[in-house]
Amino acid sequence: MTRPVPATRTWRKPPFIANPLLRYGLLVGLVAYLVWAFGSLPFNWERIGEGLPRAGRIFGGGFPPSFERYDLLLTGFKESLQIAVLATLLGVMLSVPFAVMAARNISPLPVYLLGRAVIIVSRSFHPVIVAILFVAAVGFGPLAGVLTLTLYSIGFVGKLLAEEIEEIDWGQVEAIRAAGGGLLVTLVYAVFPQVLPRQVGLSMYQLDSNLRASAVVGIVGAGGIGGTLMNAFGRYDYAFAFAILLVIIAVILVSEGVSGWVRKRIW
Amino acid sequence: MLEIANLIKRYGQDEPVLKGLDLVVEDNSVVAIVGASGAGKSTMLRCINRLVEPTSGSIRLNGSELVTLRGAALRRARRKIGMVFQGFNLIDRLTVMENVLAGRLGYVSLFQAVTRRFPAEDIDRAFALMERVGIAHYANKRADELSGGERQRVGVVRALMQEPEVLLADEPTASLDPRTSEQIMMLLQSLASELSLPVLINIHNVAQAKAYTERIVGLRHGKMIFDGVPADFDKAALEAIYGGIEAPDDELTESPAGIASGEES
Amino acid sequence: MVERDDALAARVWRRYDRRERLIRYGVLLATLMVVVWAVQDIDIFWPWVWDAPNQISSLGGRMWPPDPSRLGEILSAMLETVHIATLATMLTVLVALPVAYIAAQNTTPNRACLWLGRFILVSSRSVNTIIWALLFVAIFGPGVLAGILAIMCRSIGFIGKLMGEAIEEIDRRPVEAMQATGASKLKVIAYAVVPQVMPAFFAIVILRWDINIRESTVLGLVGAGGIGVILQGSIDTFAWPTVATILIAIITLVLIGEAITGMLRGKVL
Repeated sequence: MTRPVPATRTWRKPPFIANPLLRYGLLVGLVAYLVWAFGSLPFNWERIGEGLPRAGRIFGGGFPPSFERYDLLLTGFKESLQIAVLATLLGVMLSVPFAVMAARNISPLPVYLLGRAVIIVSRSFHPVIVAILFVAAVGFGPLAGVLTLTLYSIGFVGKLLAEEIEEIDWGQVEAIRAAGGGLLVTLVYAVFPQVLPRQVGLSMYQLDSNLRASAVVGIVGAGGIGGTLMNAFGRYDYAFAFAILLVIIAVILVSEGVSGWVRKRIW
Repeated sequence: MLEIANLIKRYGQDEPVLKGLDLVVEDNSVVAIVGASGAGKSTMLRCINRLVEPTSGSIRLNGSELVTLRGAALRRARRKIGMVFQGFNLIDRLTVMENVLAGRLGYVSLFQAVTRRFPAEDIDRAFALMERVGIAHYANKRADELSGGERQRVGVVRALMQEPEVLLADEPTASLDPRTSEQIMMLLQSLASELSLPVLINIHNVAQAKAYTERIVGLRHGKMIFDGVPADFDKAALEAIYGGIEAPDDELTESPAGIASGEES
Repeated sequence: MVERDDALAARVWRRYDRRERLIRYGVLLATLMVVVWAVQDIDIFWPWVWDAPNQISSLGGRMWPPDPSRLGEILSAMLETVHIATLATMLTVLVALPVAYIAAQNTTPNRACLWLGRFILVSSRSVNTIIWALLFVAIFGPGVLAGILAIMCRSIGFIGKLMGEAIEEIDRRPVEAMQATGASKLKVIAYAVVPQVMPAFFAIVILRWDINIRESTVLGLVGAGGIGVILQGSIDTFAWPTVATILIAIITLVLIGEAITGMLRGKVL
């Protein structure tokens, strides 16, 4: 039951990284990186120095926010909402097969690589870049926005869902397999129930996320409130711009409240 | 010596969970508290170290009142009350040694706690206690790598690191397999006499209570309805405590049976 | 045997009771109505939708083959992009952790701090990086500082919110055990909360770094530094083969980021 008593009764916490060379190497590397990165980045300090008075002017011009052109604001938001709803629906539906494909514990290697590739490609590009390309291809308007955000949703939801599937309790899968369940039965009975709350949570999160993203794809002409905001900024109409920002924040607050409520109900 | 007088605990406006409990535990004695689920065993134990706030009543440890303490005074009092939990309540991602030293948190400074620079005598004591229960060779293992019985030993050592004046054990064997739970009960029993500590053990398993303790207290609906030596704990007492309450039969039979596997996720 | 089957058949089993089913149908119906409204009302010229695949492949044709002549310029812009993302992520951690601490229900000192924390998180999350960048470019002028600040302002909400949730979701039992030893609040946090949220912390920061790499590729579109500046220039001049090179470079960067992320996750967890 007892081992030989250690001669010295001292104890130190085992270091987080066992190899001292690696430990100090990482530290030195970090400092070197910081010096290099800050040194190599071009900072225009003169221009930055003017920042404070400019900030004062911008915020001074922006307050109080002006809701005079609320009809423009309303139209923009309606379109953003439509883009977000359609893109979320399409994206969440399409993300399920890709997530299953991209889960290493369920899919065979070739399928896994394919699923992973689709997710990586759709995640690699920021929606704004995708939006520029879609605008160039299919023209200005909400169609480009829907296409952009659908791709965006597949990437984001697909990736997190795949990770969730990889972390499921494997015992349940074994139980269904032991009962003679095939691939589809296993998915429906052992995998989806475990990730469903997460998927609903992710969908709600993605709706949030798409609403927010739909505000920016408009900056490059893909429809929604973003175009309105960009115009306001472009015309130095900060009062209207801040009004739009305030409404965006309010909308996100509401949507976050709803999504939080739904997630609480499901968990 | 632990003296509980007229202890009442009521959550909100519900029926009180504890209805005027009186209990005196001498030093150097092991007391088993038995009762069905919901009888108030766990609440009573948690009232003693004030993890649960008593509604009214008095709890005195070696003469000093615990119920009125606040803030730092309460924390100083808690240092003297060791607790062992049903689910072990270890910090899974820390090493066994860190878990054990966590028992000293009430004594060391925040700086010492964060940097793990515990005084040499604490470390010495930790090794001594870990050797006593046979887990010293696990000192630098992560707590979640241990088996259920070993984890509960860590829990016991952590409580003893506090140099407690009383030891509370809340269903210490309910998550363990039968053989391991016997070992833990034996350990608690022998530690009580070695360190001359009063030990209060909440326990479901009547057979174990009779085998390893010298006094049994029976609770039902927040009231004490039995207090005596194991020899007096007969069928009638059993019926009085558990009668009419649905309880799995195996808890009442002589052969101890806990939950089959002690592993918690 | 037959008898048993009959007995089994007579027992009706349903997954959900009447109320649950009503709610489920209600939610389904509401979703359906919103979708129908969105499809009918949205300002899309439907023939374009059917034509979209042609248009997209035509654009793809114009990009092929990629033109590598400006590769050196592109690579140094990529490096700048990485610096912006990395520095911003590091700086964000310093700000986001205290915010997460006060925005988690079980660690917040009081209600006022809770709401202050939530307000910071919500306002940070509600404004997209690009919009933050627009604002900072207007204030500090075009350049990497605006980019770093923009990424930071958006990341605080992300890291802070997820960390706050991680803190709220910890196992309460070790906390109880630490309280039982007489430890003060800070010690309880150091021993029972911090170790439990460590894996989540690393996972979240790594995830956000990954996202920030992507985000910083578009900062240049509004003048806040990085690869986006060159991308915007190439699109404006219809230099599609150069655009293709930049896109390939971005994919490569993100793949490298993904590989590093995966490696770090494996190491840490």
